[in-house]
Amino acid sequence: MRSANNALEVDQLSRIFDVSAPWLNRVIDRKPKRYLRAVQDVTFTVEKGKCLALVGESGCGKSTVARLVTGLYAPSEGAILFAPADKGRGRGKPMEAQMIFQDPHASLNPRWRVGDIIAEPIREFGLRSGADVIEARVAELLRTVGLSADDAKRYPHEFSGGQRQRISIARALASEPEFLVCDEPTSALDVSVQAQILNLMRRLQDELGLTYLFISHNLAVVRHMADRIAVMYLGRIVEEADTEALFADPQHPYTRLLLQTIPDVAAPNRDRELMGGEPPSPLDPPKGCAFHPRCPMATDICSKAAPEVRVRKGGGLVACHLAPAV
Amino acid sequence: MSICYHPPASDALALDVRGLSVEFPTRKGVLTALSDVSLTIRRGEILGVVGESGAGKSMTGMAVLGLLEPPGRVASGEIRIGGKRTDNLGEAEMASIRGSMVGAIFQDPLTSLNPLFSVGQQLIETVRLHSSRSRTEARAQAIALLKQVGIPGADERIDHYPHQFSGGMRQRVVIALALAGNPQLIIADEPTTALDVSIQAQITALLRKLCREHGTGVMLVTHDMGVIAETADRVAVMYAGRVIEIGPVEEVLSRPKHPYTRGLMGSIPALGARVERLAQIDGAMPRLNAIPTGCAFNPRCLEAGSRCRQVRPVMVVEGQGSVACLVHDGGVQ
Repeated sequence: MRSANNALEVDQLSRIFDVSAPWLNRVIDRKPKRYLRAVQDVTFTVEKGKCLALVGESGCGKSTVARLVTGLYAPSEGAILFAPADKGRGRGKPMEAQMIFQDPHASLNPRWRVGDIIAEPIREFGLRSGADVIEARVAELLRTVGLSADDAKRYPHEFSGGQRQRISIARALASEPEFLVCDEPTSALDVSVQAQILNLMRRLQDELGLTYLFISHNLAVVRHMADRIAVMYLGRIVEEADTEALFADPQHPYTRLLLQTIPDVAAPNRDRELMGGEPPSPLDPPKGCAFHPRCPMATDICSKAAPEVRVRKGGGLVACHLAPAV
Repeated sequence: MSICYHPPASDALALDVRGLSVEFPTRKGVLTALSDVSLTIRRGEILGVVGESGAGKSMTGMAVLGLLEPPGRVASGEIRIGGKRTDNLGEAEMASIRGSMVGAIFQDPLTSLNPLFSVGQQLIETVRLHSSRSRTEARAQAIALLKQVGIPGADERIDHYPHQFSGGMRQRVVIALALAGNPQLIIADEPTTALDVSIQAQITALLRKLCREHGTGVMLVTHDMGVIAETADRVAVMYAGRVIEIGPVEEVLSRPKHPYTRGLMGSIPALGARVERLAQIDGAMPRLNAIPTGCAFNPRCLEAGSRCRQVRPVMVVEGQGSVACLVHDGGVQ
């Protein structure tokens, strides 16, 4: 399935966490080991220069996928393949992917000056040498993200949330990645600041030809940013399609209810179909289709057999017994 | 047993705030956190209070509850809950008002509940505090309240502890607690921010239904315009400690009059249509010690003129709402 056009290919990726009680407790209580399947058989590809979004509610495994892709977790099964880098690399081998985290207060070292935070990847990977050269590069990066070169001398606490997120982006860009994993980059920000950051990310994508894996629970933000969307539920991708196709014709009942549920500022006080129940615990997932206890259309087969992933009418993939046949 | 509530009186105001100012005296001088805030909530009505961090929306809720952190104090203005003036009451009197006349729902349901007591114990205590019911009657009422907020198996769940409930269910328990004293007004401060979207929709729908049924006024404080759009009847937009626009939700959201509200609406990615670039308001909200003269929004406003830097706009009636902007009050030049 390797294609020259893809920046990232993820194949049958799974991650299992061991959440057992300590050994002695298990012996005393006679309890077996317990495993949490956070991500299960996730397969997707991201085309170069495009943006794929993973959406879902908390606990659906979207952040685990982000951490697997950036190598912060090792996969239990499956493969993650990046396109071979075009440019020559220096001393160390930089990760093909860099990450922007959700909370800009927690992801910057409060004891380091902003200049050092951004220069660290450059020094670490030996991308530039000489203090002047590195300083000039840091200044350039700061200007790229809409800050001034003087900000290099200041500390993270002197900046607002939006400005800190800009620093995070500058740091991610410092190692010249082609691929950025953005884990809820704007959910800690106010809406007007969110707009500034989303606009910045779109501009950087155009200018630097970046590829994004964008993780969010906010479907409106995702619609604005993504070319393609994968909806996750309880560790699996339940539907994947091009953004417009997914919004125009959602085929998995979960996607449909998610679209119904989210508030739309353009249509105040509209009548909505509400999703009943709550997401089940990934420790004890329901048999068959994981969504069947909440699904208004569920039939007998849904509680017995897990649905196969199949080609979706109008392009893309869907995992539902009841999805219309192609 | 049936639960008896005051009949909703359509003409009575659940909340009437007039010219409220809140100050924080500090060593470097007095900081004005809220200035000249006026708003009303009818019984059975949901007023959304929206703004970005630091706009003063939570502060307004806290002032109404009488829970301002010292040295914060109400410097001027009046607060009336259900017709009774409350801003000049002492701590003991205010404590008896809280719960019986005004209830509160906060963002994190885990910290609003005591982990050491079962939800039943907490509900029964609250019910008995505000009425002279026996323990058995109070328990029956507690179960009825849990049923009302949609907790399945309420008879059994009443003896469970907060950690045994999921986030959405916990927030339902908090709503039941807020309703236990049968208040005329509920202050809901970011009640759905910690919840997932599908649960968020369930909670806002429940809040709407209960406040209609009980004739309770709700002040819904949130930063999320989407929640406002789905829940509120009217909306007040705050900026730098002032209400800058107030009106029916359809009007404020679809035809905003203040340039800030317009910018805010433009900066929210919409579900309907995809735009190439979101409208953005450059800059950030001013700090309390550096609020610009004239209109507080003038340095970020695209329509500002010379008069905006000198004259502080006051609320003027415009359409079905009011707006504090010189564009609507004598021009910007």
